[in-house]
Amino acid sequence: MAHASSYKPNSAIAKWMDDRLPVMRMMHDQFNDFPTPRNLNYLWTFGGILTFCLAVQMLSGIVLAMHYIPQESMAFDSVEHIMRDVNWGWLLRYMHFNGASLFFFAVYIHIARGMYYGSYKAPREVLWIIGVLIFLVMMATAFMGYSLVWGQMSFWAVTVITNLFSSLDAIIPGLGTTIVEWIWGGFSVGGPTLTRLFSLHYLLPFVIAGLVILHIWALHVPGSNNPTGIEIKTKSDAISFNPYYTIKDGFAMSMFVILFAALVFYAPNFLGHPDNYIEADPLVTPPHIVPEWYFLPYYAILRAIPDKLMGVIAMFGSIIVLFFLPWLDTSKVRSARYRPIFKWFLLLFFVNTVFLGYLGAQEAAGVYLTLGRISTAYYFLFLLVILPVLGWIEKPTAMPGSITDDVLGKKPVDMAGRKPVPAE
Amino acid sequence: MGEKFMKMFASPFSRVGLVAAGVVLGTATMHAPASYAAGEAPPIPSQSWSFSGPFGLFDRGQLQRGYKVYKEVCAVCHGLRLLHYRNLGEPGGPEFSEAEVKAIAAEVEVLDGPNEDGEMFDRPGRPSDRFVSPFPNKEAARAANNGAYPPDLSLMAKARVGGPDYLYALLTGYKPEPDGMEMSEGMSYNEYFPGHQIAMAPPLFDEGVEYTDGTPPTIDNYARDVSAFMMWAAEPKLEERHRVGLRFMIYLVILAGLLYLAKRRVWSKLKHA
Repeated sequence: MAHASSYKPNSAIAKWMDDRLPVMRMMHDQFNDFPTPRNLNYLWTFGGILTFCLAVQMLSGIVLAMHYIPQESMAFDSVEHIMRDVNWGWLLRYMHFNGASLFFFAVYIHIARGMYYGSYKAPREVLWIIGVLIFLVMMATAFMGYSLVWGQMSFWAVTVITNLFSSLDAIIPGLGTTIVEWIWGGFSVGGPTLTRLFSLHYLLPFVIAGLVILHIWALHVPGSNNPTGIEIKTKSDAISFNPYYTIKDGFAMSMFVILFAALVFYAPNFLGHPDNYIEADPLVTPPHIVPEWYFLPYYAILRAIPDKLMGVIAMFGSIIVLFFLPWLDTSKVRSARYRPIFKWFLLLFFVNTVFLGYLGAQEAAGVYLTLGRISTAYYFLFLLVILPVLGWIEKPTAMPGSITDDVLGKKPVDMAGRKPVPAE
Repeated sequence: MGEKFMKMFASPFSRVGLVAAGVVLGTATMHAPASYAAGEAPPIPSQSWSFSGPFGLFDRGQLQRGYKVYKEVCAVCHGLRLLHYRNLGEPGGPEFSEAEVKAIAAEVEVLDGPNEDGEMFDRPGRPSDRFVSPFPNKEAARAANNGAYPPDLSLMAKARVGGPDYLYALLTGYKPEPDGMEMSEGMSYNEYFPGHQIAMAPPLFDEGVEYTDGTPPTIDNYARDVSAFMMWAAEPKLEERHRVGLRFMIYLVILAGLLYLAKRRVWSKLKHA
């Protein structure tokens, strides 16, 4: 948020630097004395938690890459070498492996929070779009990282997912096959595939880091949304980021790290698939190929559609559609708190997405297939039909006059019978 | 404090979020048994292991007995290629003495070389050598085993749903086949093996392996001990993980408590409803 700088260089060197590259001024104005709504709840701590997750993944990953060997016949054994012979290797590897799961756990809460409180609405559309981009790159990175273990599930997940592109053969015969062979670097998943996946797995986190900087930049122009969805109007609506939110984020992060540590130290393979402790074997197909849990909802969507190409389009579409959320939602009111109908459809959307995840883990047959189709239909129905229509027909409930009024429990302004007005 | 704590989950969304989170984490593992239901094997009974739970540690004597069972029975067909002989003496494992590890390693022949004459030669194993597998390659293993491949056991305790529980169930799950069941040639009926037809003949017999510490030499004990040994082989840093984890957790809980108090103090300056 644009606000007058309160930075005062307190030494000659700081002054000298400030005249040349005011990086300390920027840090002070953006992360110390940054006006932030005073009513953020704990769901707003996940931005900081996600930054922490990215840092953990990058630092542990850099060290793991010093010991990992991206070569077909050595990859699996090199992971076990890390687990057995590298000092603290087991810790690094379990951190990196479970860190990916917790990264997604946090990002799903972060996205859901944005949807519930309408954080994607003007003027935060670009912030939201960058967020969806980060999510996409995260998914690509996680998928590639999982493949590097070169276990049975790694190998067959790569085979299944890369083969999705062969569905393009339905548009131009040969196009899909050509793309798939180009991705593989051969006629099947093998050594060349592994080396390029490794190279990209190392590259993409830096792309994410760059996008995160843009994400934070785009956040700091309009400032944070808040549970009321009402913008900061007066000085009493805002508090300084430091110390209030540094300490609140710090506490939330410590709780998150407890969850993280519980997984790493006491159930490190809880979220993994036992088949991935079997070395990749192109001649043996596992009876039931499943992706990691965080991809299961999309896997369910893919399998719900009978046509291969349409299934692939639906799967990618389920995320691409999120880019358009700011315009699909026609309501002027941000927070679901004041949207009595939207709130329940949205909560159903969240439950439905979790349910899709459950279905993604089942065999796509019989009742699971039918349920998968109903769930997939609701996923798109909500985003493409319910969301735009609700904005026109829904009457918002009474809203507080300001953030301060809300915090201090002042009677909300009765909006009954009035036309919905912009939240500002 | 309790009330404050509840407040942070006050909005309906946060509550649903938590439930959803639980469901996501829950379903993530729920799929596993379903994916393995090739053949309707009965559920694997869970055993009590000294190493389960956050404070669990291996039973040194059990690992040493388990190693003996592995060496005298399993090692005839199954390798343990990811282990080194030195691992047998390392902390958190069977912890054989240095002399014992040297003696164990020296029992095998290791191909080394080339020497100055360019010749490969066999020499007695050293603790720094990897476990020598019983067959030089997969094909040789199949040829010697009626076409079935005895898998390497280094990671077996982590590569099957149920882990050591499954291994114990499998080793004690040999039964006469039910009436009317057609068995393929050379196959044995096993209650817990997917499809119930396993190429491995019942490997354990009462008094088949000599125990010197007074433990009754029964199939049940052999299966239990070798399953525990397999868990160590698959997860040799388990004890270190549990020990470090405890220290880390204590530190984290204290840190979180301090941060919570600091947060309350900082925020108490603000006026609230």
